[in-house]
Amino acid sequence: MTFDVAVEVRLRPGIADPEGSTIERALPALGFEGVSGVSVGKSIRFRVEAPDEGSARELVQDMCDRFLTNPVIEEAEIALTPAATAAAVD
Amino acid sequence: MATRIAVIRFPGTNCEFDVAEALSDLGATADILFHDERSLGGADAVVIAGGFAHGDYLRPGAIARFSPIMDAIRRFADEGGPVIGICNGFQVLTEAHMLPGALQKNAGSKFRCETVELRVESTRSPLTSRAQVGDVLRLPINHFEGNYTCSPETLEELRAEDRIILRYVDNPNGSVDDIAGICNAGRNVVGLMPHPERACNELLGSGDGIVMMRSLIDAASAAAAAA
Repeated sequence: MTFDVAVEVRLRPGIADPEGSTIERALPALGFEGVSGVSVGKSIRFRVEAPDEGSARELVQDMCDRFLTNPVIEEAEIALTPAATAAAVD
Repeated sequence: MATRIAVIRFPGTNCEFDVAEALSDLGATADILFHDERSLGGADAVVIAGGFAHGDYLRPGAIARFSPIMDAIRRFADEGGPVIGICNGFQVLTEAHMLPGALQKNAGSKFRCETVELRVESTRSPLTSRAQVGDVLRLPINHFEGNYTCSPETLEELRAEDRIILRYVDNPNGSVDDIAGICNAGRNVVGLMPHPERACNELLGSGDGIVMMRSLIDAASAAAAAA
């Protein structure tokens, strides 16, 4: 099966997020008041082949632990959805 | 024969010529090696120079870890060879798990580019053997991700094993325990954020990096003699 994968990489709580705090400080200049807790991460999207969703998740988790995140400072949230295949469209 | 030190250049490295010049001014032979090499060519020490290896894509050092030269560097380090990572090189060594912890973005949102004072905390490293504990060195820093962080257990280990080799006198980036440089358990792998190679000439503002470069050349000579 093919899965569409979206990995959201976030900084762990307590890790400096100067981008987030700078955005938060800039928003009131445009009149957006009352915004708090701005944090900036990154999103990584790709497709993966695996026999089933469980093994796909395991594979992506391994990628996150060993490469896509630095576990000392980052954490990841993984979203998996079965990819729309040509066969399904037919 | 002059001591040979390999200076590693990834795509995006930009401090390799400064390192090579500082070392050759002090009598060593510096060979700049591109990251796709698989051998260190018999070098007696390795410097991973600063810059933006592989564009700092994903995270600083994250891609550099997979460059072919890294296997050779890891083997060299495992055999006790001196390996120094300066600035981006420090980030590469943490991403390669050759040093513990990570470099997060500076506290205070600022890219810091200035000369700072550093206190030598341990002389048991290939970069500080010629210095004295308590010496204050003036070295340039030039980084955005220089805020050293690690788990409380790692910090305890670094302290207990005398592996914090340099501390900022006035912490510029939020690093835990004012850490500017550390070494591995074997004491032959060192990472630091400041640039000693840019402080090897009084005309350029400071000659305080010379003691570090000389220490490194000593370590390389000792490694050559042992080989």
